[in-house]
Amino acid sequence: MLRQPKKGKAAYAFAFSPAPAFAKQAQGPMHIYANPARFLKLARPLTAWLGWSGAVLIAIALAGGLLLAPKDYLQGDSVRIMYVHVPAAWLGMGGWTGIAIASLMQIVWRHPLAGVAARAVAVPGMLFTAICLVTGSLWGRPTWGTYWEWDGRMTSMLVLLFLYIGYVALSDADRERGGEGRVTAIFGLVGAINIPIIKYSVEWWNTLHQGQSIGLTGSSIDGSMLWPLLLSTIGFSLLFGAIVLMRMRASLARQKVEARMRRMTATSSEQAA
Amino acid sequence: MNHWPFILGAYAFALLGTAAVTLWSWLAMRRAESGADALRRER
Repeated sequence: MLRQPKKGKAAYAFAFSPAPAFAKQAQGPMHIYANPARFLKLARPLTAWLGWSGAVLIAIALAGGLLLAPKDYLQGDSVRIMYVHVPAAWLGMGGWTGIAIASLMQIVWRHPLAGVAARAVAVPGMLFTAICLVTGSLWGRPTWGTYWEWDGRMTSMLVLLFLYIGYVALSDADRERGGEGRVTAIFGLVGAINIPIIKYSVEWWNTLHQGQSIGLTGSSIDGSMLWPLLLSTIGFSLLFGAIVLMRMRASLARQKVEARMRRMTATSSEQAA
Repeated sequence: MNHWPFILGAYAFALLGTAAVTLWSWLAMRRAESGADALRRER
C-alpha cells in the first residue's frame, strides 16, 4: 500500500515506501541503492561515463577488427563479423541473465528497483539478440553456404528472441493494467532455463556452430584477432549499461510524475469534499 | 565469394541498431526527466 511521504521528503518515497519489516532489511548491502534518490545520484554521472567510454572502445575495436586484424586462414575475411556477433550474443544472453537475477530480487526480497532494472534490460537485450541472429546469418552464408540452419545453437537463440518479445509485451500489458510486475518477474525467471540450453547446445547436439573458443583458462584465438574482440565486447557491454541506466532513469521519472499526479488528485478531492 | 558485402551488412545492422536504441533511450530519458522537473517547479 502506498503511503504519503513526510513533508520535504523526495517524491520517490511516495512511490516506493517500504513496509516496516522491509525497512529493517534495507540496511543490507543489497538494498544500499533501493532508494531511487540515492540510486539516481550515482546513475546520473555513470550514464555519461559508461556511454562515452563504451562508444570510444567500440570505435577502436571495430576499426581494429576491420582494418588491422588479419583474416582467418579458413574463414577468410568473414571472420571480421565475429567482432559484432560475439558481443551481441554475450549481451543477448547476459541481458536475460540480468532479467532473471532482477526478477528473483523482486520476488524474494521485494527490491524496489529490481523490476525497473529488469524492464530496462529487456529492449536492449532483445536488440542484441536480434543483432546476434542477423550477423550470424550473414556470417553463415559465405562460410557455411547457408543463411540459416535449424541446429541447437541457432534455434535456442531464436527462442531467446521470442522470449524477449514476450517479456516486453507482458511487461507493457502489466504496466498498463497497473500491476506490480510479479507475473512478468515469474516469466523472467522461467525463461532463464533457455540460457544453459544455449550455452551447452553445441555440446549436447550435432551442430554447425563452432564450440567455445574463449574460456576462463585461455583462448584458442590468436592474440592479433583476440584484442579487437575483447575490446568490442567490453565496449558494447559498457554502452549496454548506459542504455539500461537511461531506461531506468526514464522509468523512475515517469513513476515520480504519476505518484505526484495521484497525490495532487487526492488532495484536490479532499478539498472538494 | 566476396565476403565484404556480408561484413559491411553485419556492421551496418549492428551499429544502426545500437545507435537507434541508444538515441531512443536517451530521448525517452530526457523527456521523462524534463516532465518530472517541470512538475516539481509548478508545485
